[in-house]
Amino acid sequence: MSIERVLLIHGGGGRMARRLIESIVSTFDNTALSRMEDASPIYIPEHEKKSAGDTAEQQPRIVMTTDSFVVTPLFFPGGDIGKLSVCGTVNDLATAGAVPAALSVGLIIEEGFPVRDLERVLTSMKETADSVSVPLITGDTKVVEKGRGDGVYISTAGVGVVRPGIELSPARIEEGDTVLINGSIGNHEASILSARNELSLGAKIESDCAPLGDLMQTVLEAAPEAKCARDPTRGGVTAVLCELAESAGCTITLDEEAIPVNEDVQGLCDILGLDPLQMANEGKMIVIVPGRMAQIVLEAMKTLDVGRNSVKIGEVQKGPGRLVMKTPYGTSRIITMPVGNQLPRIC
Amino acid sequence: MNEPYRDRELVKTVTRKIHDVYPGDAVKIMEVCGTHTMAIAKYGLRSLLPDGLSLISGPGCPVCVTPSSIINAVLELAVLPNVTVATFGDMIRVPGSDKNLEQLKAEGADVRIVYSAYELIDMASSEKDREFVFVSVGFETTTPGIALAILEAEKRGIKNLFFIAANRLVIPALEALCISENTLIDGFLCPGHVSVIIGWDAYRPIADRFHVPCVVGGFEPVDILTAVYEIVRRVSKGEAGVANTYKRAVSEKGNARALEVMDRVFEPADAAWRGIGTIPKSGLKLRDEFAHLEALSHFRVHLIESPDPKGCRCGDVLKGVIIPPECALFGKRCTPENPVGPCMVSSEGSCAAYYRYPKSE
Amino acid sequence: MCLAVTGKIITKEGLTGVVDMSGIRVNTGFHLVPEAKVGDYVLLHAGFAIQIIDEQEALETNALLDELLHPEEIR
Repeated sequence: MSIERVLLIHGGGGRMARRLIESIVSTFDNTALSRMEDASPIYIPEHEKKSAGDTAEQQPRIVMTTDSFVVTPLFFPGGDIGKLSVCGTVNDLATAGAVPAALSVGLIIEEGFPVRDLERVLTSMKETADSVSVPLITGDTKVVEKGRGDGVYISTAGVGVVRPGIELSPARIEEGDTVLINGSIGNHEASILSARNELSLGAKIESDCAPLGDLMQTVLEAAPEAKCARDPTRGGVTAVLCELAESAGCTITLDEEAIPVNEDVQGLCDILGLDPLQMANEGKMIVIVPGRMAQIVLEAMKTLDVGRNSVKIGEVQKGPGRLVMKTPYGTSRIITMPVGNQLPRIC
Repeated sequence: MNEPYRDRELVKTVTRKIHDVYPGDAVKIMEVCGTHTMAIAKYGLRSLLPDGLSLISGPGCPVCVTPSSIINAVLELAVLPNVTVATFGDMIRVPGSDKNLEQLKAEGADVRIVYSAYELIDMASSEKDREFVFVSVGFETTTPGIALAILEAEKRGIKNLFFIAANRLVIPALEALCISENTLIDGFLCPGHVSVIIGWDAYRPIADRFHVPCVVGGFEPVDILTAVYEIVRRVSKGEAGVANTYKRAVSEKGNARALEVMDRVFEPADAAWRGIGTIPKSGLKLRDEFAHLEALSHFRVHLIESPDPKGCRCGDVLKGVIIPPECALFGKRCTPENPVGPCMVSSEGSCAAYYRYPKSE
Repeated sequence: MCLAVTGKIITKEGLTGVVDMSGIRVNTGFHLVPEAKVGDYVLLHAGFAIQIIDEQEALETNALLDELLHPEEIR
């Protein structure tokens, strides 16, 4: 690995993070990891033999994902690390079109952490998991010395089942597809920033933290031929769409006016000089569907509370693998992969 | 508040007027302020303008122009025991000869990002066992706030807060540019928020001495285009003078209180600008009354002149002599992840803006 | 160097107070515009108000065309 020391920017979801991940993946040197998907199918030999008669597309697939949660503060408007850990894992499974079947959880707890707070976190996890009927079937606990953890870190794994006929992959994206999202962007990261209160700002911005498994199932029922889905967490919409455009070898064009940003989130961004498009979301899913299905899918998404503000934000066109933004003024600009986590600026 | 200045129809109207009044031959306008560079790129305004009308980025990035010697000195301070370095987010990834503050933070240095210099007052008061150094950068928009923080620190008798004064002044910089490169620039789009402090009349000596129109503009699309229109109109008539198109915020004489507080704490001093060299009276230093707050002398750290990185043409980019893609290192050896010079590091640096928003084909 | 936003003063005690900017509360110093009053719009930069913005002038679209055709000037 050519990096000398790991920096915070390597966890920021942008170009630098990708570098670190690519280095790690190359160490393992296996096909599944090289695809760098949020969830990967598990191949069970007995399972393969039994269904040898069916084609690959007719078999249900088991997929697995893993995620870690290190957010501070642990409790923020709209959620906490517990809720986040369940939603994040379920949502990773959802990007593969999977119905979550089980979760596991590992807790790394800092010495001195109040049990009352631990109970709050666990209750939150249970409530969230129950709300989407996902059992938490195994777990592990470790305690580290004071100063070696931020209260509590949570690591999860999730297993889900993908129905036959569902194949979500960037390789399927092509000219004529539409880019949809289920609502306003930047809320989660704005919530965390304002909850940290480090920057003499007062605001109570709610995180959008929410499980999106039902939303994806609704999308897939309305359009089994949906092409791809991604949850724009660290690095935001920009990181996800730059990567997808590059993988798919198509130009993705966004309509700036169509992208929903809440007023207070935009306000916070304006003050600190941040770009909402690069900010993390925890209750949003970008869905790419064939153009002719866009209207039907949007209507289906809007039947759910978590999809009530669903909107079309862009289109896929033939062209070099890049992300382009159309401004309200008839001009456009190319958006490149962000370097890493944004920093507040005065200039 | 700024909504009308984003109006699509007005953008079309003003664009049309620019085309109407454009004289036909090459016109080069320097946008002095890095925030203008970013806004112009974000709204894609260049593609609305007539082909021969070019907007060049000037030295309006206070981070970009901070010489390596100062950054190296900051890095030296950051590793001293019980010392905390605090600065604006913009500074964290600016490279010295070897590392930047972010890397030092990873190695254990206490580096903190603040939104306002005033935050240092509370920090220093509550952590009396540490010594705090605030890296003070910025043009006249930012300097008054820092001066206020310094006055407050004195008033409260805070003994563990020090400052590195790397602030810069815009007018001397414009003057230096005009003296060396005046044949290239036909007009200046002057920084709206610096002008809130110094007033639009401050540009008169430049306009009159070098016969270039100096027009103050705001930051919304209509603001920028209106200022560009006014510059082009004057150029087409062979006129110069000063004008203000950011009337809702900028007055003729600026903010007297802000100018007063800056003058109370700082005095002009010769200053080195990265890639340009020393410009007389273009920087600020603490007046004698406040000299005991100067970080470099308190910690006995010296400024050591260091040459700009090899092949780096930030100086030429800052002077408006070349555009970023014309630098051999641009996009190859010098990228936002591995910047050679500060024009690529700073979010408002010309090269970073060009890299993030390359002109759409 | 120029990132400043417009907000409305909601509290002011002496030279400090709070400005509301699209729902975000910013602790602000008013030392540079001590005459500002609660309800005024100000331009905020790095924790300080640097100018009072004339709301009337800012909102009137007519003023825009006026600026276009008749900017303040001295020749």
